[in-house]
Amino acid sequence: MSEQVITHSDIKFQEYFLNMGPQHPATHGVLRLILTLDGEEVVGIEPDLGYIHRGIEKMCEYDTYRQIIHLTDRFDYLSSHMNNEAVCLAVEKALEVEVTDRIKVIRTMMDELTRIASHLLWWGVMGMDVGALTTFMYAFRDREMINEIMEKTTGARLTMSYNIPGGVMFDLHKDFQKDVKNLIAHMRKVLPEYDRLLTGNVIFQRRMKGIGTLSKEDAVNYGATGPVARASGISCDTRKHEPYSAYNRVKFNEVIETAGDNLARYQVRMQEMYESLDILEQLVDNIPEGDYQVAMRNLIKLPKGEFYQSVETARGEFGVFIVSDGKKNPYRVHFRSPGFNNLNALLKAGLGGKIADLVATMSTFDFVIPDIDR
Amino acid sequence: MILTQNIFEYWTQNTEGWLYVLVLALIAALYLTFFAVAGLLLVLMERRVAGFFQLRLGPNRVGPGGSLQTIADALKLVSKEIFMPKFADKLLYKAGYYFVIIASLLGLSVIPFSAHFQAFDINVGIFFITAVSSVGVLGILIGAWGSRNKYSLIGAMRSGLQMISYELSAGFAVITIVLLAGTLQMSEIVEAQRDTWFIIKGHIPALIAFMIFMISGTAESNRVPFDLVEAEAELGAGFHTEYSGMGFAYFFLAEFENMFIIAALAVTLFFGGWLAPFGITDALPGQVFWGLFWFFLKVLIVIFVFMWFRWTFPRLRIDQLLVLEWKYLLPIGLVNIVLAALIVWQGWLFEPLKWLGL
Repeated sequence: MSEQVITHSDIKFQEYFLNMGPQHPATHGVLRLILTLDGEEVVGIEPDLGYIHRGIEKMCEYDTYRQIIHLTDRFDYLSSHMNNEAVCLAVEKALEVEVTDRIKVIRTMMDELTRIASHLLWWGVMGMDVGALTTFMYAFRDREMINEIMEKTTGARLTMSYNIPGGVMFDLHKDFQKDVKNLIAHMRKVLPEYDRLLTGNVIFQRRMKGIGTLSKEDAVNYGATGPVARASGISCDTRKHEPYSAYNRVKFNEVIETAGDNLARYQVRMQEMYESLDILEQLVDNIPEGDYQVAMRNLIKLPKGEFYQSVETARGEFGVFIVSDGKKNPYRVHFRSPGFNNLNALLKAGLGGKIADLVATMSTFDFVIPDIDR
Repeated sequence: MILTQNIFEYWTQNTEGWLYVLVLALIAALYLTFFAVAGLLLVLMERRVAGFFQLRLGPNRVGPGGSLQTIADALKLVSKEIFMPKFADKLLYKAGYYFVIIASLLGLSVIPFSAHFQAFDINVGIFFITAVSSVGVLGILIGAWGSRNKYSLIGAMRSGLQMISYELSAGFAVITIVLLAGTLQMSEIVEAQRDTWFIIKGHIPALIAFMIFMISGTAESNRVPFDLVEAEAELGAGFHTEYSGMGFAYFFLAEFENMFIIAALAVTLFFGGWLAPFGITDALPGQVFWGLFWFFLKVLIVIFVFMWFRWTFPRLRIDQLLVLEWKYLLPIGLVNIVLAALIVWQGWLFEPLKWLGL
C-alpha cells in the first residue's frame, strides 16, 4: 500500500448555505435570512422577505381614512400608537385642523409610554438572544405596568388604535396620572437594576463591544434611522428636527453615540428610556384641560394633493405619504417603515462576524418583522 | 481494607450462585432507578430555581407543589412519535443517544454516595470518570452527524471543540486534588478529607482548582454560559434539533445527569464527599444514611450554583470560549499544579483543626 500524504491543497474548503428562518428563534418572526457561511463566519447575508406581506398599502386604497388607522397598528405592533399618530397627523395637516393642547399632550405621553414599552421588550428579548434568559421576565414585569395604563385608558394592550383624526378616542382614565407617576418611580428604580444584571456583565460586554459595527457613512447610505442611526453618530430624531404634537414644549436630549457597534445601539436605547421618563415627568402634571376630540365629519375627504407626515417610532422614522384625489379613499398610500431600511443596514453590519454575532447584531437592530413586510 | 468494600461486595459477602446474580441485578436496577429519578427531580429543581430567579413560580399545578410535573412531561415525551429525518443515517442517528446516556451512567457508577455506597470502587476512579465523560461527546457528534442537519452539525462541532478544550482544564483541576490526596481512588480521596476538606487544606491551589473545575464543569455539562452546543437563539436546538420523543429525552436526561456527576465530583474532591462537616453526625447511628444526607445536601448546593449561573449569565461566543480555555484557564491550571506540588512537598497545608490539637 502506498503511503498517502494529505496536503493542504487536497482538502477542499467550501462555503455553505444556511437558512436562518423563516422559523428561527432569533429572527423573532418570519424573516428568512439566507446565510453564506465559512465555518461559523458569516460571509454573506441575503434576506428573503414576503412571508408576512399583507398588502396593507393596497388595502388602504379601498378604506376610508378612519379605517386606515387600524391597519397601521399592524406594522410595528410595538409602536402602534405612533403609527396611528402619523396617519392622524397627516390627515389633520391636510384638512388644516388644529387640535387642542390636551390632545397633543395625551398623544405625546402615549408615545413615550409606548416607546418605553417597546424598548423594554427589546431589552428582554435581546438578553435572551445572547443567552441570558432572565432579562425577559424582568422586562415583561415592568412592561406589564405600561400595558395596564394603556388598558385602562384605551381598552387595549397592544394594538390600541387610540388616535383618531382630530383627537383621541377616549379621554384619559382617572387613574392615569397616578399610574404614570408610579411607573416613573418604578422605572427609575429598576433601570439601574437592569444595568447590574446585564450591562455590566463581562461576557455581555465582550459580546457587544466592537461587534456589528455600522459606520456613519453606511448608516446614511442605507437610510437607517432611529436608535440604529443615532448609535452611529447621526442626529435623526424626528421629535427634535420636526417636532410634532407636544414635543416642542418638552426638554429632552437626543441620545447620540458614535461607536456604531452593538454596545452603542444598546446604550442608545437604554438612555432613551431615561429620556422618555423625563418627558413623561414634565408632562404628567401639566396635562391641559380641554376637549379630547375636535369635531370632524364622520366621512373624511382630503383635498386633492400629496401629504406627508413622519413620526419617530421606537425603531426610527415612520412616514406616511398620502396621495389624495379628493375622494373618501386615498388614491395611493405609502408607508416608510424604519424596519425595512434598518434591515438593509444589517446586511452590512452583520457581515464578518460569527453566527452568534449576527444574532446579537440582529437583536440590537430590534426588528419587528411585520414592519419590514407590511 | 474496609474502605475498598463497595456496595456490591457489601451485599454479596456471604452469597453464592443465583443469589449473587440477583443482588447484582438489584444493584443495577437501583442505579438505573436512581438515574431516572434523579433526572426527573433535577429537571423539576431547575424549573423551580428558574422560577425563583425569574420572578415567577415555576411548575406548581401537577401534584403537590408541582412535584409531578416532570413525570407528566416524561409521560408526554414517551408517548410522542419517534420521528426520524428522511435522509438521516439510521445507525448513527440511533446510536447517538445511547453513547450519551451510557457515558453518564458509567460516570455515576464510581461516585461514592456514602460509605460503602458505590458501585465500583476501582483504584483509578477519578481517572475512570474523566475517561468515560469524554465518551458522551462522541454520542453528540455522531448523533448530530447522523441527523443530516446543518444546525445539528454546527452544534456538534462546537461540542467537540468545547469538550476537547475543557477536559484539559478539568483534568488539571482534578490532578491538583490528586496531589493533595495521593490517590486516584474515590473513596480514599473522601477518607483523606476526614480531618479537613481539601478546599481548606489545600488553600490557594485548591481554591484556584475549584474555580477552574466549576468553570470547566459548566462547560462540560453544556450549560449556560457555555451552552453553545444547543444555543437556542442561534441554532434552534443545536445537536438535538432532529430528535423527538425518547431520543430527545435521553439527551436531556444525560445533560442533567452530567450536571449531577460534575457536582458530585466537585463535592467529592473539594468538600469532603459524604463526610459530615466537623464530623457532627459521626457518633449517630445509621452511618450510610447520614453519609447520603450530607452528600446530597452538598451536591444540591453545588447544583444550585450551576443553576444560578444558568439563569444569570449571557452566553459566550465560540472563539471567546476557546480563548478563555487556552489562554487563561489552561496556563493558570498548569501553574497551579506546580504550586500544589510545592505545597504538598513542603507540607504547607492549612489544617487549623490539627494545629488546635482537635
